Amino acid sequence: MLRLFWCILSRDLTLALRRGTDVLTSLFFFVIVVSLFPLGVGTEREVLQTLGPGVVWVAALLASMLALERLFAADHVDGTLEQMLLTDQPRALLVLAKITAHWLLTGLPLVLIAPLVGMQYHLTGAAVGVMMLTLLIGTPVLSLLGAIGAALTLGLRGGGILLALLILPLYIPVLVYGAGAIDVAATVSVADTRPYFELLGAFLLVTLVFAPVAAAAALKISLE
Amino acid sequence: MLEVVQLECRRGDRLLFSALDVEVGGGTLLHVRGRNGSGKTTLLRALCGLFTPERGKIRWRGTPIAELGDEYHRDLLYFGHLNGIKGDLTGVENLRVTTTLDGERLDEQALWAALARIGLQGFEDLPTRMLSQGQKKRVALARLVLSRAPLWVLDEPFTALDTAAVALLETLIAEHVAGGGIVVLTTHQDVPLTSGQVARLDLGS
Amino acid sequence: MALNWFKFASPASFYPIAGRLVPAFWIITLILLGLGLYWGFFETADRLGGSNAQKEYYRIIFIHVPAAWMSMWLYVVMVGWAAIGLVFNTRLSFMMANAVAPTGAIFTFLALWTGAFWGRPSWGTYWDWDPRLTSELVLFFLYIGYIALHSAIDDVRRADRAAALLAIVGLIMVPVIFWSINCPDPNQCAALHQRSDLTQIDANILFAMLAMTFGFWTYSFATSFMRLRGIILQRESESAWVRDLLDTGDKA
Repeated sequence: MLRLFWCILSRDLTLALRRGTDVLTSLFFFVIVVSLFPLGVGTEREVLQTLGPGVVWVAALLASMLALERLFAADHVDGTLEQMLLTDQPRALLVLAKITAHWLLTGLPLVLIAPLVGMQYHLTGAAVGVMMLTLLIGTPVLSLLGAIGAALTLGLRGGGILLALLILPLYIPVLVYGAGAIDVAATVSVADTRPYFELLGAFLLVTLVFAPVAAAAALKISLE
Repeated sequence: MLEVVQLECRRGDRLLFSALDVEVGGGTLLHVRGRNGSGKTTLLRALCGLFTPERGKIRWRGTPIAELGDEYHRDLLYFGHLNGIKGDLTGVENLRVTTTLDGERLDEQALWAALARIGLQGFEDLPTRMLSQGQKKRVALARLVLSRAPLWVLDEPFTALDTAAVALLETLIAEHVAGGGIVVLTTHQDVPLTSGQVARLDLGS
Repeated sequence: MALNWFKFASPASFYPIAGRLVPAFWIITLILLGLGLYWGFFETADRLGGSNAQKEYYRIIFIHVPAAWMSMWLYVVMVGWAAIGLVFNTRLSFMMANAVAPTGAIFTFLALWTGAFWGRPSWGTYWDWDPRLTSELVLFFLYIGYIALHSAIDDVRRADRAAALLAIVGLIMVPVIFWSINCPDPNQCAALHQRSDLTQIDANILFAMLAMTFGFWTYSFATSFMRLRGIILQRESESAWVRDLLDTGDKA
């Protein structure tokens, strides 16, 4: 079973690295969205410090969602997805491998670029640290939940917009507590962010268990 | 071994076929024929559990396939319209993924040997998008060389193949049937078999 | 039980039953809504007491609160039918889930709309990020998502199943979403919850509200059965009984 997980994970990573640009697009999308906000709302320090946490998280939601459309689409077009569904090994595990690859390629880069964004929004060092940690725990949840939507909208015309409509409401809890934790770290104290992390961690554990199963079921429905 | 009872399939509002009864024992080739749109592909997908029929049952060794689940998938090899290979991966990489999905545990040597047998010697290391249509198909068919699944379901396996490859595929099928396996396939040409029996199923007649 | 549930579970036999039930539900709806509105407007106090007294405009409560209740209840009903459909593979359940969704969305919209009208005089703004209104907005998005996904898929069977799965995932997420909206700061959650105690409400107000709620409920039955009949005819248009129905011109 681990062999299958590793096989699919390395396959998806290899494919993405051979295509290069795919990885960078969602990262640059994130950077551009975050950089546009100060141009719209003004560049006063206090305004940016207040808006920063929310902007970072909304941009992360959008970046993660944009990349989701490709999660299963390419495999669907060339018939490899069908083969995957016919494996005798747990399909949820296979889906989890694909989600993991997706997160490594689209979620992890956001975590790593976060300090740069912190600078743009004049966030304190502690707030930047908390931001990286919330992104580290929160973005996998986005990929996991998003996979369900990606599987449901597989092969539909206008799938991308529809995916946004289905998935964005489900992202609300991560947005609330992810941005909330950064805000608390910036304005109150880092010690007070603990409950936020406990909640985000709980979301991650729960979605880790149920999202791959739901996404695998959705794939089966979509391929009929 | 494979048993279809009173099967009815619909695509949207359209009835493709109904009250279909087929029974296929070991060592048999079932050749499914019919004009375009008669439901050949749908039948094959239903046999694999990729399509839920409106009515009727499909049994494998006496048990409905819906209940068997993964156990059935172990015994099954499905080869669809699409080759199911990645253009950005090389032949060997593609074969490694598909055989892992099939639950086989193989060393590199076996993979290279299979590609050599299917006539791709010297092309194993190229990204498959650089190969011709026929060669891509060969990469996909290399699975058959390594498969130990008793039931093969092949949808139009002969298209885009040259005569040498057609002959090779016929040999593979014949070997599989001779070994007691079952092959269900759709094609517009006749498949000569030296041993085992050939059953024909005509849809939409 | 001697009653054969599977007989009613077939669209062909449920179609005439629904047809007979629809007028009955409409009559009960009209009576209940008439009663509720009359009671709400003429038999209740002119102002709502409490720390910040509200004047006549509080009467929006008689539409706003029942609509909000129904919007949530109908989501649960919809998911229930969808889940039954997925488990037992019954066509009628999917159709039922489908028929309920628009009514649910309309109630959600009504709750938002009346909430805005209530907010204007009491908060001085049409929209405030009140947790309950925000939750209702999210619920509206969930309904829209269900309807949009269903209509985006051409193959009815896939549409039914995909939308059903989405609805179930939505229901799992709803408590988490509502909770995160109601309690954005986990350090101080308990204080945020303002609970309304039904026993503290004036009996007349409660009566009018309940009459409206049941009226909305029977309205939901009436409209979703009407929609269900339409869906049945559309999907079964190939079958013999629908052809017979159309040939004889019988209204069933």
